[in-house]
Amino acid sequence: MHLALFFIFGALCVAGALNLLLQRHPINSALSLIVVMSSLAVLYLLLGAEFLAAAQVIVYSGAIMVLFTFVIMLLNAGKEERTHGSKMAYVAGFPGAAILLGLLTFIFVSRRGSFGQARLGEYVVTTADLSRVLFKDLLLPFEVTSVLILIAILGAVALARKEH
Amino acid sequence: METSFLTFFLISLVKVIVVVVILLLSVAYTVLLERKLVGRIQNRWGPSRVGPFGLLQPLVDGAKLFLKEDLMPEAVHRPLYILAPVIALSCALLSIAMVPFGADVRWHGVDLFQISDVGIGLLIILGITSVGVYGIALSGWSSNNKYSLLGALRASAQVISYELALGLALIGVVLRAGSLSLRDIVNVQATHGLISWNFFGGFQFVAFFIYLMAAYAETNRSPFDLPEAESELTAGYHTEYSSMKFAMFFMAEYANMITVGCVATLLFFGGWTSPFGNLIPAVGGPIVQALLPVFWFVVKVFGFLFLYIWVRGTLPRFRYDQLMGFGWKFLVPVAIANIVVTSLWMGLRVPMQ
Repeated sequence: MHLALFFIFGALCVAGALNLLLQRHPINSALSLIVVMSSLAVLYLLLGAEFLAAAQVIVYSGAIMVLFTFVIMLLNAGKEERTHGSKMAYVAGFPGAAILLGLLTFIFVSRRGSFGQARLGEYVVTTADLSRVLFKDLLLPFEVTSVLILIAILGAVALARKEH
Repeated sequence: METSFLTFFLISLVKVIVVVVILLLSVAYTVLLERKLVGRIQNRWGPSRVGPFGLLQPLVDGAKLFLKEDLMPEAVHRPLYILAPVIALSCALLSIAMVPFGADVRWHGVDLFQISDVGIGLLIILGITSVGVYGIALSGWSSNNKYSLLGALRASAQVISYELALGLALIGVVLRAGSLSLRDIVNVQATHGLISWNFFGGFQFVAFFIYLMAAYAETNRSPFDLPEAESELTAGYHTEYSSMKFAMFFMAEYANMITVGCVATLLFFGGWTSPFGNLIPAVGGPIVQALLPVFWFVVKVFGFLFLYIWVRGTLPRFRYDQLMGFGWKFLVPVAIANIVVTSLWMGLRVPMQ
């Protein structure tokens, strides 16, 4: 059951990612990205990370991608145009992606022993466990990261602010 | 006793069908209730011709919407135009699956009054509602109409802004319960009836009012119904929709109202528990004892629907800049203050180990 779901949503994820690249209209690409995010959430759920799955849907599919579609709608972006740059991306992009894929596969296969284990549908981390780790063991890094995000927000406000 | 997969599947299927049918029926009758009540507020009768007191009006309305011509304008983006109302309605119907309607009564090992008891039920409801905005956003964009697009833009901006206040308001309740499961949250409030509800005994009334206002904005209801402000935008995001596609948006709106009522009941008003606690002796057989909590739940949700309509009949619409200012400058800071005060109070009451 878990394995079947894993293959279905894994395939959906890859199909969504391919569709994202092949579609020429930005809103279709944005919608494919939503499919990718949501199937990733299902994969997290299958691995037992329920909080992460819910956060993925709420934050990525629900908030960030809404902003993406919002901007696309606001700018009323049409179909993308072919320029010299986009042709160059074809020439350089495919070999580059192939090299990256080969490198990652090589590392994953050769270093198989040093990775941790995760089984489908067995290991369930509750939200309480997760928050215990975040707010006790990793409190300082967690808070520092939140300060970092706060700085980024303040920077965005400072840049967007009109001079009076 | 281990439940076999077949019994689990069959009972779950029956549960889903019963819940969806009841939900759609209550959507239809909420529309009637709204027309009647708003009529009374405006000193007129509301629908009164079809059946006794106009009680058959929803059925006639449904038949009318089915029989209407389904227009599709030339310049729409066809796949998304069709997909948008489906997204809106399916998201609205999905979130009811997490709601427990009554006490934990098991039959053949399957929970009878809740479709699925998930450990992170509250988060899933938040996630589904946050995905539901795509229905509105895509309908406005794919209609290829200025009014629709403006309505959709307003809706997306409004929902994202108020989702923040809504989520922050719920944290106080989650802190008190120590769990994200809706059943656990209700069980925390179940001890002494009225006085142990989060709204009264839990001192979460600030959180409740923030939740209520944010939820009104989230469901695009008056006084935050800017996405479909008819005096400015004709009908907003669903201007170009007709027949059943329009009906799907309409049903989604009312189903969302009912879900908000359910969640508010569960989180702040003790869910299915009786307001009198143990003062009323347990009368009747096991069937009455199982159905009584459902009765309390329905009464509370009805109260919220009544409030929704009352607010619509009473308050004028916000201006757009007022809406954004209210959400970001008032609701969010108050919600954060509520979290700080609640966690301080809990930290002082239960000293850390």
